[in-house]
Amino acid sequence: MSLAEFFDMGGYAFYVWGSYLVTAVLMLIEVVGVIRRRRTLLDRLGRIHGAAQGAGRSGR
Amino acid sequence: MAPNWFKYASPASFYPLAGRLVPWFGAAAALLTVLGLYLGFFVAPTDYKQGEAYRIIFIHVPAAWMSMFIYLVMAFYAGLGLVFNTRLSAFMARSLAPTGALFTFIALWTGALWGKPMWGAWWVWDARLTSELILLFLYLGYMSLQAAIEDPRRAARASGLLALIGAVNVPIIYFSVQWWNTLHQGASISMSQGSTMAATMLTAMLVMTLAFWMYTIAVVLTRVRCEILERERHSEWVAEIAAREAR
Amino acid sequence: MGATGLLSGTRYVLARDLTLAGRRVTDVLTTLFFFVIVVSLFPLGVGPEAGTLRAIAPGILWVAALLATMLSLGRLFTADHLDGTLEQMLLSPQPLSLIVLGKVAAHWLVTGAPLVLMSPLLGLQFGLSGAPLGVLMLTLLLGTPVLSLIGAMGAALTLGLRGGGALISLLVLPLYVPVLIFGAGAVEAVASGLEADAHLSLLGALLVLALCFGPWVTAAALRISLE
Repeated sequence: MSLAEFFDMGGYAFYVWGSYLVTAVLMLIEVVGVIRRRRTLLDRLGRIHGAAQGAGRSGR
Repeated sequence: MAPNWFKYASPASFYPLAGRLVPWFGAAAALLTVLGLYLGFFVAPTDYKQGEAYRIIFIHVPAAWMSMFIYLVMAFYAGLGLVFNTRLSAFMARSLAPTGALFTFIALWTGALWGKPMWGAWWVWDARLTSELILLFLYLGYMSLQAAIEDPRRAARASGLLALIGAVNVPIIYFSVQWWNTLHQGASISMSQGSTMAATMLTAMLVMTLAFWMYTIAVVLTRVRCEILERERHSEWVAEIAAREAR
Repeated sequence: MGATGLLSGTRYVLARDLTLAGRRVTDVLTTLFFFVIVVSLFPLGVGPEAGTLRAIAPGILWVAALLATMLSLGRLFTADHLDGTLEQMLLSPQPLSLIVLGKVAAHWLVTGAPLVLMSPLLGLQFGLSGAPLGVLMLTLLLGTPVLSLIGAMGAALTLGLRGGGALISLLVLPLYVPVLIFGAGAVEAVASGLEADAHLSLLGALLVLALCFGPWVTAAALRISLE
């Protein structure tokens, strides 16, 4: 089986790759979203608590 | 030997545990995906009836299974949160919903892309697709209720109750849609009907399901960790983590 | 008697809500007119062809009934919530679920029952007659209480939230699917010369289930929303 044949999927390339591509993109978006949510959260918390610690006692 | 599971029901001790587990589940998801796709595309034979188009099955069916499992798991955690008033279960339920909705959407999308070459239409009101659509509405309702309530405690309890109501209704809805479908179309068209499934096809499907599970666990645990940090942001241990991570 | 003692709260709330509704007849009529207008719009959209209209009549009447019920759900607890009556009901020695039962019964009598009575007229407009018309009324009679019972859960969960009206439809409409399927299905079955016994018994089963668990779940939802 040649590479071109493989990508052609017996004429169903649009449907097969359309399914797999959209699935992959959506999952990637979810993963990136979750990681970014975590990063921004940690940055924000770091600023709040870092400022509190700089002022003296740790922030509550 | 009885490990003290309740210890991990406290957010402060669950947070580091989840952090250690996430990379493992993520790696397992990646490995199983590679294996599943290899089996699905190179080992599993071409279907004599549907040609290569049937290879959509390796994400369509696992995604559909996951969408239903996740709803049930979500309802389970919601019930646990309501009965025992544990905040961690409420976080779990809340974190599962977006991934469940994602898999529901994937199941619908791949169903449409499969339906077009097989049935000649993007959308057929077949029992399975219709139930998936209603499941998507249930997820959306759950997430909207969650988002509409500002008080986190009320949001967790109200949406938890809604998840339980939904879980009780899912079998009734599924049954009624099945009934409606058989009445209106004579014999219902099923996606795997007519083609006896080769063992390798089934294996590939199961491996992909497992990969989706691992993916779900990794994503959901990360989301739970965010929830914990947000809700516990005034506590001493979060301050320590924040100071360490910000460095 | 213990049973009458228990249900006295239910009866009291029912009588009270009906009296209140009697003072605001326009609210009741609005729901009914909504039902009539939505149903009457369909021939204008679909075309006046009698065969088509007869075929889609059960579905249209049922969907319109769902929407009309949903439109009225906001009224179920909001007024009592705003003037503090609901808090009093929560504190009363009567079981909250029985009080809820009274409120839902009043809601059905005020919104569901008029739809049932109006449906044969609208059915005639769509060319239904004889047995299908009777079954249409029967299914609405069995089904609209289920709509009120399920709707009450949604109303209790969204109590006092901004954008509650749109939100409640998102929560409640997916749960209405079985009622819609069995209700409209029964009429269609009879119209095409089949038996509708199975549909009707399933609809009855849904009603029994909703009667048993609905008020109880709604009471739990009210407690969550008001605590």
